[in-house]
Amino acid sequence: MDDLQKQLTQPSPESHQEWTGKIISSLAIILIGSLVLAILVFLTIKGIALFTDNGISIWRFLSQTDWQPSHQHYGALPMIVTSFSVTILAGVVALPLTLVVAVAITEILPKKMTGLFQPLIELLVGVPSVVYGYLGLTIIVPELQRLFGGTGFGILAATGVLFLMILPTMTSMTVDSLNAVPKQYRQASAGLGATRWQTISRVIVPSARDGILTAAVFGMARAFGEALAVQMVIGNTAVMPKGLIESSATLTSVLTTGIGNSVMGTADNNALWSLALILLIMSLIFNLLIHLVSKKGVA
Amino acid sequence: MTPERIDKIATGIILGLAVMVGLVILGLLGYILAQGIPHISWHFLTSGAESFAAGGGIRDQLFNSLYLVVLTMIVSVPLALCAAIYLSEYAPDNRRTRLLRLAIEVLSSLPSVVVGLFGYLVFVLKFGLDFSLLAGALALTILNLPILTRSCEDALRQVPYLQRQAGLGLGMAKWRVTTKIVLPAALPGIITGAILSAGRIFGEAAALIYTAGQSAPVISYTDWNPFSPTSFLNPMRPAETLAVHIWKVNSEGLVPDARAVSNGSAAVLIITILLFNLAARFVGYRIKRRLTK
Repeated sequence: MDDLQKQLTQPSPESHQEWTGKIISSLAIILIGSLVLAILVFLTIKGIALFTDNGISIWRFLSQTDWQPSHQHYGALPMIVTSFSVTILAGVVALPLTLVVAVAITEILPKKMTGLFQPLIELLVGVPSVVYGYLGLTIIVPELQRLFGGTGFGILAATGVLFLMILPTMTSMTVDSLNAVPKQYRQASAGLGATRWQTISRVIVPSARDGILTAAVFGMARAFGEALAVQMVIGNTAVMPKGLIESSATLTSVLTTGIGNSVMGTADNNALWSLALILLIMSLIFNLLIHLVSKKGVA
Repeated sequence: MTPERIDKIATGIILGLAVMVGLVILGLLGYILAQGIPHISWHFLTSGAESFAAGGGIRDQLFNSLYLVVLTMIVSVPLALCAAIYLSEYAPDNRRTRLLRLAIEVLSSLPSVVVGLFGYLVFVLKFGLDFSLLAGALALTILNLPILTRSCEDALRQVPYLQRQAGLGLGMAKWRVTTKIVLPAALPGIITGAILSAGRIFGEAAALIYTAGQSAPVISYTDWNPFSPTSFLNPMRPAETLAVHIWKVNSEGLVPDARAVSNGSAAVLIITILLFNLAARFVGYRIKRRLTK
């Protein structure tokens, strides 16, 4: 009797298994959540050390144009300006061309060819950024040198590299959002006697606007955070950019070259971590922008 | 001008520009492949890199890249899969779940150099792993987790709800339904996603230069003891990967044939990514066919 009672009131092996499974999968997600928290906390602590431990004012750090860590000059403005310049230029060049390519793939070229483009774009998305940087170094920089003189390194070369890098990703996202426009919109427009161009320019692109903008912000976020490809072609001189083909430096390129050459805990090193904090904050802002752009829903 | 005429002109301009952009990108990649493929030889793939002399190969770098992908997948696949199971099967629709999703999104948008710096700070310095394959694999795991979690969750969600109901109706617990019914059905999607993400981390460099390091010490391929410092399996040795190698020979320029070595390495990198993509398609297709038979 006791045995039976025990057997009936005890949790079954099945429910034991259920608990174990639930706990394991919750642990995994908790681990990921705490990882994100750890990244934010650690990088913030390191990033503000320059202002708390070394007594540099945040305002001077952000507004001064003189970056010479060995002489205690920590002005991050040149890198901030260069980073934004390459990002915005790459985005501005890439947005219309992405749109053109995506429209050509979804609206104009025959559907049979889409099967060919899909894997091709997938491959291009997967090409490592170092390869794009190397392309820039071997083709774009010498070409700019030939056309404009100088060294060829600088913002223009970096823009070219970033453009190549973000174009496939942006195209694939834009193609998706154009394809998501309901078929009825196209049919209704055609039924009203609109030409293909009228349909594209007045119906399809406006209704896919949020998706297209999301793709653009996404591409620019990637461009802003790209390190090695940019470092290879930007020239790495931490001064205010004087022109598009003058050697300069971005936040990421200074970080890649600098971290290995400074001692942990010194003011020089802390200044680099402050640059990393700027990168982190900007990536959060880009994230927010994507949310704002894509939350509006389908027009 | 009639609308028909405008339509013709616009179509022409769009097609012209699109073809031009496509040709530029394909031309550039084709150029790299054309320059690199003649340099790929058995000798190039199987000999060690030279620091100052010409004629170096990429044996160690290629092996390091592949080994790093394997190590990363060993850590990240179980984690991402469990997290995806939680999100698709267990997570209630409340504020905490939305916060977790936001966290994953934030993680996926972090620049890889920031992830690399975090890895340097925590894995290399705080955990005392030094520049090592393990530190590199952990940094790559951070990069890989959000992508992999999302693709696993998508694969799990694509399994029709009816199949879950059938299992639950038979009195199976949710965990058993998940592992015995949902997981097998979602397997093709999960494997395809895993291979694609493996291709992505294969070419990663920015997160590795301060975690896995930039040096490739002499290693022995006959030493199978993972604890021996010179063994090729030892996860605690510093390891330069192929992508880091391309960056390094170009930014330091100590090797006289840097151009040839990077052309060859870039071609190997692109071809490997292509193989990863093809493998993902092939595996997905095969498993799908076997399951639907």
